[in-house]
Amino acid sequence: MSRRFREAAVAGIGATEFSKESGRSELQLAAECSLAACEDAGVDPADIDGMITFTIDNSDEIGLGRCLGVKDLAYTARIPGGGAAAAATLYQAMAVVNAGVCDNVLIWRAMNERSQYRFGQNPTSMAGYTGGHGTGSLLWCIPFGAMTPASWGALQGARYLHTYGITNRDLGHVSVQERQYAATNPKAWFFERPITLEDHQNSKWIQEPWLRLLDCCQESDGGVAILVTSLERARDLRQPPVKIAGACQSIPYNVEVISNYYHDDLTVMPEAVGTARRLYAQTGLKPADMQAAMIYDAFTPQVLMQLEAFGFCGRGEAADFVKSGALALDGALPTNTHGGLLGEAYIHGVNSMAEGVRQVRGTSVNQVTRRTVEHVLVSSGMAGAILEKV
Amino acid sequence: MSAEPTGPAPAADGATRMPPIVTPDAVAFWAAADREEFIGQQCGDCGRFTFPPRPMCPHCHSLKREDVRLSGRGTVVSYTIPRHPHPFGFKTTPIVAVIELEEGTRLVSNVVGIAPEAVKMDMAVEVTFEPTMKDHKVPVFRPRSAP
Ligand SMILES: [Zn+2]
Repeated sequence: MSRRFREAAVAGIGATEFSKESGRSELQLAAECSLAACEDAGVDPADIDGMITFTIDNSDEIGLGRCLGVKDLAYTARIPGGGAAAAATLYQAMAVVNAGVCDNVLIWRAMNERSQYRFGQNPTSMAGYTGGHGTGSLLWCIPFGAMTPASWGALQGARYLHTYGITNRDLGHVSVQERQYAATNPKAWFFERPITLEDHQNSKWIQEPWLRLLDCCQESDGGVAILVTSLERARDLRQPPVKIAGACQSIPYNVEVISNYYHDDLTVMPEAVGTARRLYAQTGLKPADMQAAMIYDAFTPQVLMQLEAFGFCGRGEAADFVKSGALALDGALPTNTHGGLLGEAYIHGVNSMAEGVRQVRGTSVNQVTRRTVEHVLVSSGMAGAILEKV
Repeated sequence: MSAEPTGPAPAADGATRMPPIVTPDAVAFWAAADREEFIGQQCGDCGRFTFPPRPMCPHCHSLKREDVRLSGRGTVVSYTIPRHPHPFGFKTTPIVAVIELEEGTRLVSNVVGIAPEAVKMDMAVEVTFEPTMKDHKVPVFRPRSAP
């Protein structure tokens, strides 16, 4: 293959069902969703030559390649940072396609995160600390009873919420909107189960006084895969291509994944500010050019902080922005239209990236129709991408 | 939510709090805590403080790290009450807080000696110590009269 610059595009997406007990191995989930993404694109899985996931996934690249019959891998990567790296998979896939070293890059995430182990519970093993997670939470939080992602996320969001007087009831508007989207998405775990603000306020405290149960993403079993190829090749494939207009990571000084308490200003998310700056510089686009956004919503405060970081509203204004209905289909920025990680499933953001692709294709069950979808922002905080209609 | 009194620290032999994982660059910090001394890392060249501990100063790249006694005074800049699941090893619900120290660095710890509902942002606190499993101690903080 000649190593000339080529634009990159998403050619295929695939998923398993989302459940609380898949009844099969994580590797099987990975194989099923990967095959589905290849079939969606019309690409022979044997021709996959790049494979990218991010840490905490338990399936092995070679194990998955063995299922799919991948004949000669040219590139593999497992990006540090857990869910914060979700959109960094699009970044790396774009980069290796741009560089002309891969033609068919598979991104996958598949876990039995509810039935096999539970992310939201106390750790059951202190087997030791290793690099590659981007967080010192095992070292510096657990001896103090901050043992769960919700506890780390609450500590991260608390100063922001306190500074701007944002209440837990305010956060409920994010949950209600996402569950409304999930209610009309047959693939969502919470299909046909919308909530009210009162339901949100009646759900139990997980992290008082910041996060209730309905502020937290789910624990889910399931898998999602995305196939990235060159734009020119994607034009000849089964689906309309979705161009990756830009993608990047940003990890500013003293920032950690989720246990993010050491940087200067605790009322902002510097990694999302950096991601926004880089993405807009790369593409020449601005917030007003986005017709939809898929924003990593492990916990509701992080949605508000990212909305501000990406410039969709001013600092401290995100709660009012959400209350104005901005995230709804007829709002200024339809967001997490699949129901998000709260409403659809927690496939660590990869399901949200797939929804971004559907919005650009025009095939979402909650399709934005008020405007033509030209650009969708995808953010996992420390990484982001802009998907573009061609 | 009813107030849950925070009792005195349990005896070391009965401590149930999880012990720290001691990495090579944090040996001095945790060894000092075991002696009920609260230390921080100060650069031997530019004098700036850093946390978490690290082998090189990010400001001047000096390898001369000095472990110095800190004032132990700080303020609460973030906090949470972990209600569910109940944190393993805690007899009563702790207050988890991010403490900003007078020396300018921050760390995650606990506020002890008050009910969870009594914690406030910007509360002035000072260091004390509580035992963990395996005979270690960790620095925690109790309210002090400001400044
Ligand atoms: Zn220095």
